[in-house]
Amino acid sequence: MNTTRLVVIGNGMAGVACVEQILKHNAAFDITIFGDETHVNYNRILLSSVLAGEKDFDDIVLNDIDWYRKHGIRARLGVRVEAIDRTAKTVRGSDGSLTPYDKLIIATGSSAFVPPIEGRNKAGVFVFRTLDDTRQLIEFAGPGIKAAVIGGGLLGLEAARGLQVRGCDVSVVHLAGHLMERQLDPTGGSYLEAYMRNLGVAVLTNKATKAMLGNGHVQGLHFADGSAIDANLVVVAAGIRPNAQLAKEAGLAVNRGIVVSDHMETSDPDVYAVGECTEHRGEVFGLVAPLLEQGKVLAAAITGNKGPGFNGGSTVARLKIMGADVFSAGDLDETKPHTEVVKFEDPALGIYKKLLLRHNRLVGVILVGDASDDHRYVEWLRSATDLTAQRRHLLTPPPSPDGGFDVAQMPDSETVCGCTGVSKGEIIQAVHTHGIQTMAQLKDRTRASTGCGSCGTLCQKLLKAVAPEFEEDKVKVLCDCVPFTQDKLRDIIRSQKLKSVQAVLDIYGNSIGCEICKPAISYLVDVVWCGDHKEDRSARYINDRVHANIQNDGTFSVVPRMRGGVTTPAELRRIADAAEKYNVRMVKVTGSQRIDLLGVKKEDLPRIWADLDMPSGQAYAKGLRMVKTCVGNTFCRFGTQNSIDTGIEIERRLENLYTPHKTKLGVVGCPRNCAEATVKDIGLIGQDGNWQVVVGGAAGKGVRKADLLITVETTEEAIQATELFFQYYRENANYLERTYDFVERLGIDKVRRDTVYATAEVRQGLLDRLARSKTRSSDAWLERNDPRPTQFVQIQPLDNWS
Amino acid sequence: MSQPKELPWLRITRADSIPAREGRSVRLGGMEIAIFNLGERFVAIENACPHRGGPLADGIVSSQGDGVTVTCPLHNWRISIEDGDVRKPSGKGHACVRTFDVKVENGIILFRPAPRVSETAA
Repeated sequence: MNTTRLVVIGNGMAGVACVEQILKHNAAFDITIFGDETHVNYNRILLSSVLAGEKDFDDIVLNDIDWYRKHGIRARLGVRVEAIDRTAKTVRGSDGSLTPYDKLIIATGSSAFVPPIEGRNKAGVFVFRTLDDTRQLIEFAGPGIKAAVIGGGLLGLEAARGLQVRGCDVSVVHLAGHLMERQLDPTGGSYLEAYMRNLGVAVLTNKATKAMLGNGHVQGLHFADGSAIDANLVVVAAGIRPNAQLAKEAGLAVNRGIVVSDHMETSDPDVYAVGECTEHRGEVFGLVAPLLEQGKVLAAAITGNKGPGFNGGSTVARLKIMGADVFSAGDLDETKPHTEVVKFEDPALGIYKKLLLRHNRLVGVILVGDASDDHRYVEWLRSATDLTAQRRHLLTPPPSPDGGFDVAQMPDSETVCGCTGVSKGEIIQAVHTHGIQTMAQLKDRTRASTGCGSCGTLCQKLLKAVAPEFEEDKVKVLCDCVPFTQDKLRDIIRSQKLKSVQAVLDIYGNSIGCEICKPAISYLVDVVWCGDHKEDRSARYINDRVHANIQNDGTFSVVPRMRGGVTTPAELRRIADAAEKYNVRMVKVTGSQRIDLLGVKKEDLPRIWADLDMPSGQAYAKGLRMVKTCVGNTFCRFGTQNSIDTGIEIERRLENLYTPHKTKLGVVGCPRNCAEATVKDIGLIGQDGNWQVVVGGAAGKGVRKADLLITVETTEEAIQATELFFQYYRENANYLERTYDFVERLGIDKVRRDTVYATAEVRQGLLDRLARSKTRSSDAWLERNDPRPTQFVQIQPLDNWS
Repeated sequence: MSQPKELPWLRITRADSIPAREGRSVRLGGMEIAIFNLGERFVAIENACPHRGGPLADGIVSSQGDGVTVTCPLHNWRISIEDGDVRKPSGKGHACVRTFDVKVENGIILFRPAPRVSETAA
């Protein structure tokens, strides 16, 4: 066997990215990766986006378990390497295992630095470094929590915003005189501070934390200047320290970090190191781009392809807070000789730009409030372009002919993704060779945009320009007021225990909302809490405020429930009397086997409902409309099943519940399908000896034949399958998404797996939640007995017009 | 100026008969007025959408960063309940709705049957 046994200690971004590079060299390595976290490799930089609720845990996975399998890599997750024996060439894991290596890569990363502040071990004090830290923060954060973030650097500010979005009242406590002092000058810091304040985050600078107060659980911070603040959640984001202890104990050269050469070699020729645990020419690292660069250099060296060495890498830093454009790169020391400073400031717009030049070449950049040109500056820094010809356009790019930034003008060698070092040329080549059409494919192939993600828009533009079949990734936020997807909102409502529309709007929206988000959030709050929420009619459409359907003249239509389309002579008499008494403009038989009374005045609604003495047919609601039936074997000579009783029973069980969009059902007693069950949201088709339950049918704007959910023998089983799908649709569809779009989007296989073929617990869960909602629901028309203030009546003025 | 300065305030109804963030209509003389409870204040506009006369009092109170609006329940036009202008569909040329002065005193909503001063002055 001449394969080399390679052991990698550390399953983080730097270690795994380096392994990806090694794989590219097609070397014969037998690879084992140890990771003390139990997760697969994820994008640590995006944890702040997870905290802010912009991304899910799943969204930030970089290498899923299949990737390890596909490349024959043994992943030892949850195993910490406790010792390296360089003589025997083995590593000992926390599980007691000994793993031999021929070559070793140490990628142990760094840890959060917690200054020795008195009381730092109290409950409620966190760091923000790992997925598990993030989970804990999410669990702990919420409305009513006073949070303090110690550290006003990149990570601290992102943590602060994340906590604030989750409803906390947040203060950032910073030791230095201005925020992000390593990346910004005092003016830039003050612009950023104004932006943070504007978001509602308090900023305290020049504050040294002396003690964390509280008995057991933290209650506040006490500062060196004698002042104090309340805080029942503290995040320490005061910097990082390389994890070099393991290497030190193994006798490798270690200063602050593990000392490495330009080719990432340690003091032992068989041991390399990469990432935040390293120290290169006296520097340690905390940004992603240099670490990925290191990985490339290491991969070349370890596979015998040594090329140019590592030279310190990029210093590009970007703050990832939605809307806060903060960018910094290069050497910001303006006291060095021959430094020229070019500046632009607009306090009203919150824009500050500062360029540092030496000998007509860009050496440093600070951008606050507008970082739209950052790629230009990155390129100028990288290539050390002589800018004499561009002097008039240093701060704003020359207008391009089409008025916008033109990707075609970018040279192929220009870097698109600063984190992973992918150039425009590489992307174009990948698109052509691999037929890339989506951002997801692009990320997968080239790794572009898998770092901080700030080049996402640029990648999209490039894809749009060169990929003939480009498809935008479909992420649809609810609306401008509440910029989250509905799945995300459901999570938020559940995890933050938000029980009213207003609570969601106050924390996650603009506090007023609009006609799009308010009814949607009303629906989500109702379904998440199974009806145990604070109903807010002001957030509902008028139809759901007065339980009737508004017509083009401001009057309403009234459709009483007629379960299964079955009525009685007595009901018909009451309908006829009511129609005359209230002068309804028209009595119309609907397509849903019911009767519509059109043109009723709002103030007459409670009285006509009382006279009808029938339940609401919910013809106005996003809810169960009707169950249309044929006469079935009760009368029909071809009937094989009792469609009428079955339809009536289903209608009883599902009526008075809200659904994402209107829901129409049909039950037929034989495959002749007289009640058109195959084009209903849910249809039951009786056959001799069984029922077919079909879902996602449509006969509206488009026609879609429903998909078969399941075939069952008994009527009770058929009803249960109906209930399972009904509740699944309620819980998972987007508001205003009909079943046919929903089933189409998910695919019938997934729907089956998650409903009728789900585990017994899952099925029981669906049925239980449906039952809970059902107990809390009632016939809306009974509100006539106890109306809300002036719900139906027109206000009569106390004084009259004289 | 033809502005009837001395017009008296009319008592309309108790403030708590209009729930927060909802509107209600009231008929005064030949006019239908929509009064909205915005929580910290009340506002009043003509109760007819300039589009097809939809009952604005039945609309959802909304905002998309352009002041507080009401969305007409018939075709989703958005009308400012602060200045009466049509916000959606955007573009000039739409008639606006009239706005009126209202205030609350001793728990009673008071209304002055003249267009709001700020509007006529502007």
